[in-house]
Amino acid sequence: MADPHDAAPPLLQPGQAAPDFTLPATPDQMLSLADLRGAPVVLAFYPADWSPVCGDQMGLYNQMLPEFHRAGAQLVGISVDGVWCHAAFAEARKLHFPLLADFEPKGTVARRYGAYRAQDGVAQRALFVLDAGGIIRWSYLSPLGLNPGADGILDALDALAPTQKPQGAQA
Amino acid sequence: MTRRLPPVSATDTVAGPADAPVTLIEYGDYECPYCGEAYPVLKTVQEAMGARLRFVFRNFPLTEMHPHALRAAQFAAAAAASGVFWAAHDMLYEHQDALDVASLTAYAARLGIERRVLQAAFQGQYDALIQQDFVGGVRAGVNGTPCLFINGVRYDGPRDRESLIAVLEQAAAAALHAPA
Repeated sequence: MADPHDAAPPLLQPGQAAPDFTLPATPDQMLSLADLRGAPVVLAFYPADWSPVCGDQMGLYNQMLPEFHRAGAQLVGISVDGVWCHAAFAEARKLHFPLLADFEPKGTVARRYGAYRAQDGVAQRALFVLDAGGIIRWSYLSPLGLNPGADGILDALDALAPTQKPQGAQA
Repeated sequence: MTRRLPPVSATDTVAGPADAPVTLIEYGDYECPYCGEAYPVLKTVQEAMGARLRFVFRNFPLTEMHPHALRAAQFAAAAAASGVFWAAHDMLYEHQDALDVASLTAYAARLGIERRVLQAAFQGQYDALIQQDFVGGVRAGVNGTPCLFINGVRYDGPRDRESLIAVLEQAAAAALHAPA
């Protein structure tokens, strides 16, 4: 799956600590990964606001939010788009989860996760599921033009479940 | 990623014989334009395949993107409870531009769905089933609509009539020749 033309470091793998970061979530609010400690986190890196596949993927995850929350997880989208672009995209698609702007210096966080696509200057379509302690438990790199769906995320959250507080027996 | 596609069960809306050699499952959203495009094609495919095809429709409403998708799915569930699911399904896809509550109420009257059945559906009586379809689909790898599965295997090929009939014929032949 690795692109031979891309000398970027490989995607971070399960067992590695998720690098901390602080990025703008809105024009006047920052979000740090550390703020989300104590519960699983889904990081969804994606190439671009407004592109058709990203729109479908973020729309699907938006619809899946209740399921992610049922697993106690928070979802965060990250691309190199700026905060105002994110704001417009989130409003148009009625997204109920934060989109972080990895905008300046561009792609710094994506690079740190091995999820930067240097030849296009965008984030890869990469998924990470972190446990409550900030350790990567699952990561996945999807082909750029393919919406990876959410089954891998749900499986990863299920695998974390025994360590989580049960939230209703018949979920 | 076709593992754990939920098997066809009593809660499914099914057209065609249970022992048909091919089962085609569609995950669809009544307000999705691509599902609207697929609808007449699938209809002619069903006609061409006849009793060799069992067609199952499952809900995959993207309600944040499509404001009328949940109401339409609720309406379809009320229709299923009233024994007129496929007529309702067809009506929804043939009137994708009019899926507001007033229109749905009018369709219900036309199909003979009792008002109290429709009201109960609008109040959420079938929401758990609709959500069950949705989550089951996501678990099976559905990432958008329409998403088709042929005998349990996700189909991502062309969705024109001829291509679909060819692949369904092939699946039927394979099923008939497979050891029981």
